[in-house]
Amino acid sequence: MDKEQLYEMLERAQEAKGYYFNKDRKKVLELLESLLINRERYGYMACPCRLASEDRERDRDIICPCVYREPDVAEFGSCYCNLYVSREWNEGKIPETYVPERRPVEKMLF
Amino acid sequence: MADCDVMLYALSTCIHCKNTKEYLDGCGVKYDCVEVDKLEGDERKNIIEEIKKVNPSCSFPTIIIGDKIIVGSGRKKSRRL
Repeated sequence: MDKEQLYEMLERAQEAKGYYFNKDRKKVLELLESLLINRERYGYMACPCRLASEDRERDRDIICPCVYREPDVAEFGSCYCNLYVSREWNEGKIPETYVPERRPVEKMLF
Repeated sequence: MADCDVMLYALSTCIHCKNTKEYLDGCGVKYDCVEVDKLEGDERKNIIEEIKKVNPSCSFPTIIIGDKIIVGSGRKKSRRL
């Protein structure tokens, strides 16, 4: 699967859940390419902005879409890596800010 | 800042790390960069331990400028240093 195919596949499924790709398509395709790199590396699509432990069970919470997407989009209008955003964020109604890491430090087991 | 050593710990796949590199390049700042996701074995472990000393959550990018630590893609923070 290439990044364009992944885009088509995820766009429909995630929009139905109320999560939209960032309006910056170039950035989105870069992130999707990174997800494919991680799938090749680790066997699962770990968040491209977090260091995976190479253990699927330990990384379960950061497999995209990560479990922090919901609270991040609810609070900031964007997930940690800016791949998924709310409709309002894409419309410029929410300021673009750096989304702080929500994953608990205890989860960072390497 | 020109006299300080700048160290960037990054992930090759991370968009915030890419943005940080572009920003530093645009400012003409010279820096050393380690892409931690490309390391393996003991080299990876050792670097992670180094990062944890300054940033316990081991998040990226982690930037060390002299004795200052910046976690995340903080242009405003970087500019102040």
